[in-house]
Amino acid sequence: MKNNNAGIEDVLDEVLQSYPAKSMKNRKEHMLIKDQKKGKHKIKANTRTIPGIITNRGCAYAGCRGVVLGPLKDVVQLVHGPIGCSYYAWGMRRHQGVAAEGGKNFINYTFSTDMQDSDVVFGGERKLKEAIKEAVEIFNPSTIMITATCPVGLIGDDINSIARQAEAEYGITVMAFNCEGYKGVSQSAGHHIANNEIMANLVGIEDKELDYKYPINLMGEYNIGGDAFEIERILEKIGYDIVASFSGNGTADQIKYSHEADLNLVQCHRSINYIAEMFEEKYGIPWLKVNFLGVDATIKALRNMAEYFDDPELKERTEKVIAEELAQIEGPLNRYKELFEGKTAFLFVGGSRAHHYQNVFKRIGIETVVAGYEFGHRDDYEGREVIPDIEMTADDRNIPELEVTKDDKKYNMRISKAKKEELQQKMPLDYYEGMIKEMEDGSIVIDDLNHHEHIKLTEALEPDIFCSGIKDKYTSHKMGIFSKQLHSYDYSGPYAGFKGHLQFAEDIAAGILNPSWSYINPPWKDNVELAGTIGGVR
Amino acid sequence: MQDLVPKEYKERNSLVINPVKTCQPIGAMYAALGIHGALPHSHGSQGCCSYHRMHLTKHFREPVVASSSSFTEGASVFGGRANLETALKNIFAVYDPEVVAINTTCLSETIGDDIGSIINGFDVPAGKTIIHASTPSYVGSHITGFSNMVKAVIKQVSEKNEDAKTNNKINLIPGFVDPGDIREIKRILEAMGIDYILFPDQSDVLDTPLDGSYDMYPEGGVTIPELKDTGNSQATIALGEFAASDPAFELEKKHDVKPYTLKSPVGIKATDEFLMQLMKLTGKEVPAEIEKERGQLVDIIADTHHQFHGKKVAVYGDPDIVISLTEFVLSLGMKPVHILTGTPDKKFEETVAEMMESADWKYNLTAGGDLFQLHQWIKNDQVDLLLGNSYGKLVAKQEDVPLVRVGFPILDRSVHSYLPTIGYKGAILLVEKISGALLDRKDRDTDFELIEFVL
Repeated sequence: MKNNNAGIEDVLDEVLQSYPAKSMKNRKEHMLIKDQKKGKHKIKANTRTIPGIITNRGCAYAGCRGVVLGPLKDVVQLVHGPIGCSYYAWGMRRHQGVAAEGGKNFINYTFSTDMQDSDVVFGGERKLKEAIKEAVEIFNPSTIMITATCPVGLIGDDINSIARQAEAEYGITVMAFNCEGYKGVSQSAGHHIANNEIMANLVGIEDKELDYKYPINLMGEYNIGGDAFEIERILEKIGYDIVASFSGNGTADQIKYSHEADLNLVQCHRSINYIAEMFEEKYGIPWLKVNFLGVDATIKALRNMAEYFDDPELKERTEKVIAEELAQIEGPLNRYKELFEGKTAFLFVGGSRAHHYQNVFKRIGIETVVAGYEFGHRDDYEGREVIPDIEMTADDRNIPELEVTKDDKKYNMRISKAKKEELQQKMPLDYYEGMIKEMEDGSIVIDDLNHHEHIKLTEALEPDIFCSGIKDKYTSHKMGIFSKQLHSYDYSGPYAGFKGHLQFAEDIAAGILNPSWSYINPPWKDNVELAGTIGGVR
Repeated sequence: MQDLVPKEYKERNSLVINPVKTCQPIGAMYAALGIHGALPHSHGSQGCCSYHRMHLTKHFREPVVASSSSFTEGASVFGGRANLETALKNIFAVYDPEVVAINTTCLSETIGDDIGSIINGFDVPAGKTIIHASTPSYVGSHITGFSNMVKAVIKQVSEKNEDAKTNNKINLIPGFVDPGDIREIKRILEAMGIDYILFPDQSDVLDTPLDGSYDMYPEGGVTIPELKDTGNSQATIALGEFAASDPAFELEKKHDVKPYTLKSPVGIKATDEFLMQLMKLTGKEVPAEIEKERGQLVDIIADTHHQFHGKKVAVYGDPDIVISLTEFVLSLGMKPVHILTGTPDKKFEETVAEMMESADWKYNLTAGGDLFQLHQWIKNDQVDLLLGNSYGKLVAKQEDVPLVRVGFPILDRSVHSYLPTIGYKGAILLVEKISGALLDRKDRDTDFELIEFVL
């Protein structure tokens, strides 16, 4: 079907047929077919979910507590609300963390005020204060983060002033996040809310003398299935020092002095670009868009980093590590490529992986025919150059924009303006190109894919692999198509870096080549010779 | 690691750590999936709906489809009427379910949306049914949500014939159990020759075969005509005081169908009581096939009693199953020493305390507790076995105690939802699991020189 855009247009038309007029008009703007001849592509994204459409999206609380804050292992994540929100954020996202030396690790715990009806009626402030006190008495954490859930905003509990009081009373860091589930239109609002608070109240609250040669922050990498462990391994092997991680295997204690780094690496643009931008504004630290998923992208990122620090020794070391790592995996990867050549994939993931995994698949011979985000914004699809053209909606306006200014004491321009401009010609420094540019002509881009569209597109395109999350994994299996989860990695990983790419290829092989798919049709369904007479039935 | 749990108790009144419950709407969603052709709908912001779908999917490894009103901040302030109306229009146009079963979240409950009046103003397509249950997340637990949805079904769907003729059927509410359990209950009823209406029924919904085609509304589930007919039945048996009893009483109130609340039939005693109640109500005999299974179970327990005798057990999970499991481990000769549910209801404590009357050992018992509390209890009084859902693995690993997974949710093992825990068959499987866990541990801890082939 590739390069036959007319055929694919028919597929999309067919998908849209079932919708009532208003929904059809809306959904039409959230899908497009890549066509290089057209030049620029425009897609609608980050708008309200259509009620009743069976979206895959979650809420702002999930984006804040679940995604950005959850991986911080030394933090008591205190969820102010009824029990569900806290319960569902407990161990369900596979951000792994190993306690720092002498540090605490709260990742296996979930904390809630377990709001009851009386708290909704009379307010939950007293209970929240008491819960903080109890957490301090039992665990003596260095940081507590309070996250709000739907009813908190409605009943007017002032979690911010409670956090300030608690901070003064207990002499620890206590932060509040107004990430009620109804804010914005998806998880994305929660990312932004988390970014704002972390920037305003955590980054830079401590100074530390660091004896680091190449200090960097890792941003928007959440250590799902150990991805950050593999990235840390490679970076440390080359000689980088990670000051802080936002936030996989990270700690709040490190983020406090993360302004001491010389470069910020951005893996997931969607969730952390706000902080990356504000860092530059306030402290003069540029950010580099990296992608550690896939060997080709990883190599590119490592070379760009070496170029940024512009040290011959570092460059040499980088090439040496790349060669060493490649030598271990190239053979098997090439064999997988031969095995998979010509297969197709359908990717629908949150706000970043639908793009990042395309080079992973390509390297092993698999072409991406559909890709989409749950909650990406236009810049994640089209590139950051469209940011000035993005129209604000009523739902965006409710998410506060944090204004930061140059920190007179701590600002230190890491590279000259001229040098930066020179580097920007060579690498995505302070820039992200978005997903669409990398895609092949004739492939479909779709935003906020729903259940109906998942089924219809699968039936029409018959991809060999469907990559999404847990909610539609088994739907895909019932249709006889292997589904690989690209959120949880199906409890495997790491998939990042060199070793990760090989692990990924092995898992794809295990899925596609599993004998179960060949047993779907019972043998008697098309065997006409089964006509015995024993028992005298015939 | 769970190494931050101290042995010393500190009073906690407000902080819950690692809960043994979740919130109402997921229970309502699960109940709704047991109605044929139903699409559960979550009236709130979409995060809840996604979380609940994900969680059920992880337990069953099956598609779990539900829709949401997808509240935004505007709707949260001015009410969600427009969102629900738009949702219903889209649902019927795109997904064409026979039934939409609406649950609410803490959001729509706090703002006070009147779902009944919104639906009254909605033009429901011919032949379609909308059911709505109020399921505030800040009351009770997922078990309460299950009960509330089933109660709403009775209230809004059940009917009684004018001529007051009965259908000669028994209504059966199985409680918050797996498809494997429901199949077992049906097998028993059929073996006894009893006509029944079982609801909600998730068998053939959440255990469907892989045949290359996806059906959004699988063949299983209780039908609307059956649900209507529940008002004409002779009696209602509710399996489980907490998940099933309220709906049964609702049906008595509405159509005078007599309710009988029994323990969830897990273990020998509770299954005996279930069968006795069926006999009493219908006059039917327990068939030889079932009696034989009971005898096999007793045989197995007698043969293996030495593996269980005096072993200390911690039991945690949802109230109905914990009550029955406690009774069952007592009948195996074990000693339940820590018994805990997260669902806050004092009736649970009364019921278990009564069961434990003859216990000559000290034990801890609470409703509304959490796993942190259970862990502290275990630190102060070690056990030989943990019996409960997947989350207990943190405690099991830290304290090096074997865990037998039973209840909801089980996220880290498969096949469980296909097999019964209920009935004599289920009890036999449970004995196999408990015995296996204890003996695996014994083998692990035995020196090579002392290893035995026969245990």
